[in-house]
Amino acid sequence: MKNLDVKILTKHLDDPELHTLAAYERHGGYGALRKALKGGMTPEKIHEEVKASNLRGRGGAGFPTGIKWGFLPKQTEKPVYLVINADEGEPGTFKDRLIMERNPHSLIEGCILSCFALKANHCFIYIRGELFKAIKRIEQAIEEARAKGYVGPNVLGTGFRCEIVAHPGAGAYICGEEMALIESLEGKPGQPRNKPPFPAHVGLFGCPTIVNNVETIAYVPWIVENGGQAYSDLGSDRNGGLKIWGVSGSVKRPGLWELPMGIPMRYLIEECAGGMKDGKVMKGVIPGGSSCPPMLAREIDVALDIESIKKAGSMLGTGCVTVFEEGICTVRLAQRIAHFYEHESCGQCTPCREGTGWLYRNVKRLEHGDALEGGLGLLESICNRILGNTICALGDAAAMPIQGFIQRFGDEWAAHLGAGRCPIQG
Amino acid sequence: MSLAFSDAAMRRFEKIVSRYPNKQAALLPVLHLAQEEFGYVPPEAMEYVGALLGVPPIKVQHVATFYTMYNLKPVGRFHVQVCTNIACYLTGGPEIFAHLKRKLGVENKGTTADGVFTLEEVECLAACGNAPAIQVNDKHDHEWPIVYHEDQTVAKVDALIADLRKKASASP
Ligand SMILES: Cc1cc2nc3c(=O)[nH]c(=O)nc-3n(C[C@H](O)[C@H](O)[C@H](O)COP(=O)(O)O)c2cc1C
Ligand code: FES
Repeated sequence: MKNLDVKILTKHLDDPELHTLAAYERHGGYGALRKALKGGMTPEKIHEEVKASNLRGRGGAGFPTGIKWGFLPKQTEKPVYLVINADEGEPGTFKDRLIMERNPHSLIEGCILSCFALKANHCFIYIRGELFKAIKRIEQAIEEARAKGYVGPNVLGTGFRCEIVAHPGAGAYICGEEMALIESLEGKPGQPRNKPPFPAHVGLFGCPTIVNNVETIAYVPWIVENGGQAYSDLGSDRNGGLKIWGVSGSVKRPGLWELPMGIPMRYLIEECAGGMKDGKVMKGVIPGGSSCPPMLAREIDVALDIESIKKAGSMLGTGCVTVFEEGICTVRLAQRIAHFYEHESCGQCTPCREGTGWLYRNVKRLEHGDALEGGLGLLESICNRILGNTICALGDAAAMPIQGFIQRFGDEWAAHLGAGRCPIQG
Repeated sequence: MSLAFSDAAMRRFEKIVSRYPNKQAALLPVLHLAQEEFGYVPPEAMEYVGALLGVPPIKVQHVATFYTMYNLKPVGRFHVQVCTNIACYLTGGPEIFAHLKRKLGVENKGTTADGVFTLEEVECLAACGNAPAIQVNDKHDHEWPIVYHEDQTVAKVDALIADLRKKASASP
């Protein structure tokens, strides 16, 4: 296994002042920015390092960051925007909040370097409105960086202009979807646009735009400072570097740990989170937020990289694992998840608006032992009518876990049919 | 319609608008400001904000009704929001929510007769590692209006409610 002691974003978390510029710099912060801008690194060179790093987007889809950056038009009259997705709303996910509250300058330094690489002069950080402390910390960090000449009209006296704005969301999970986020930033309801055109060509205010997750961009300074290859080497095949992993639910020590891509899920749950609490027995896990199909307790030796977990039938998602125990009825758990997606569908396209409601109502009926004729087949057919037929991936996010629960816990689901009540939890 | 921002709010308004390439982009943060100033977002506030930003009131309404953080009706001094999503579901969130409904004598989204508490069941708060989590908004606190309370239990929630009650009677 890889060296588990290397840390990047969490290395100095024991410093309670890390969120201040003084402490961040004491630990070497803004060294990468100086190296790049004063040491003559070109935007192209930074882009190359990010490509070489095998950094994959940490927002859930795992798209290679260097390749995404390459989608920007080579030549454009329009301003280019960098937008940071700090909407953290996928149930079970709580990692970006840590970065913003405790190590906000890592994100700000990453934003400046990424703007430089993308030849963008404006960056918006779209922060979930409920995360008031994170918004405050990010605003303070921007002000401190501006006072030091890292942000503003003339970064480090090089003539490079970089403006960063923290923008509060207002409560809507859908705004985590990049096109909805862009609409929301423009002061509209968060209703996703059809793709194509992709945001790299027609994004914020109609201009070329790159949307990246908080954690993705917070790793950029280390990559610039140490080289893309060094970052890649910290992780596993095609899954570069470290990641902040989370464990929540019925474990002894829920929390967050920064560890290499590719570590076994079992290590995370048993060594880091201390295994099950109160003598409970693990029944299964939801690997990376509620849109990921669940996995059984006996499957947790899977390596946490994008390809391995996909092969095992689920998704890496946001890398925050939720653990549930024997005795928990998976239909009732799925009902809670289905309720979430029904509530959060933006209502724009029919398969999602209607489908998420059908899913919720039918899972609820099943939980009460009162399923309609057609039973599990009906649920599966609703899933199939949603999957791939919606404007954005919220519909898929609602359908995939239901399919996954039926696949993994089919006997338990079937036992609810005609039972008149929940056979597991009563 | 007689709603208007105070001078201090107007200064904040100008600062917010200056950050965006057009005025409509400032709509979400300005609606937050309006809610802070007026306590909630009634139709008059939507009209007022629309006039300030040059956005038709119907568009402001479309936005104000789309997002859950804008209160279209008055809420209590403390808006107590209990997460019952997956991590909180597994660690006692629903039990805490049920307990608070009984204790405060209200249903979901209900406000106590004295106007001190509004209770609501909400989705994941990105606090799953410290579940169950509760978000409390204080309408009167303009410095720090939103506070998270994590690792909650029924006993801790009782203490929290007592605390908030004390705060309400000390500075109504
Ligand atoms: C319904 C939905 C919700 C999403 N929520 C988030 C989110 O809260 N945070 C995030 O970074 N990405 C979220 N995404 C993924 C984004 O659309 C986008 O892929 C991501 O921000 C890209 O950044 P990355 O390449 O750095 O991961 C969501 C996607 C969907 C379909
Ligand atoms: S599930 Fe309650 S905070 Fe995430």
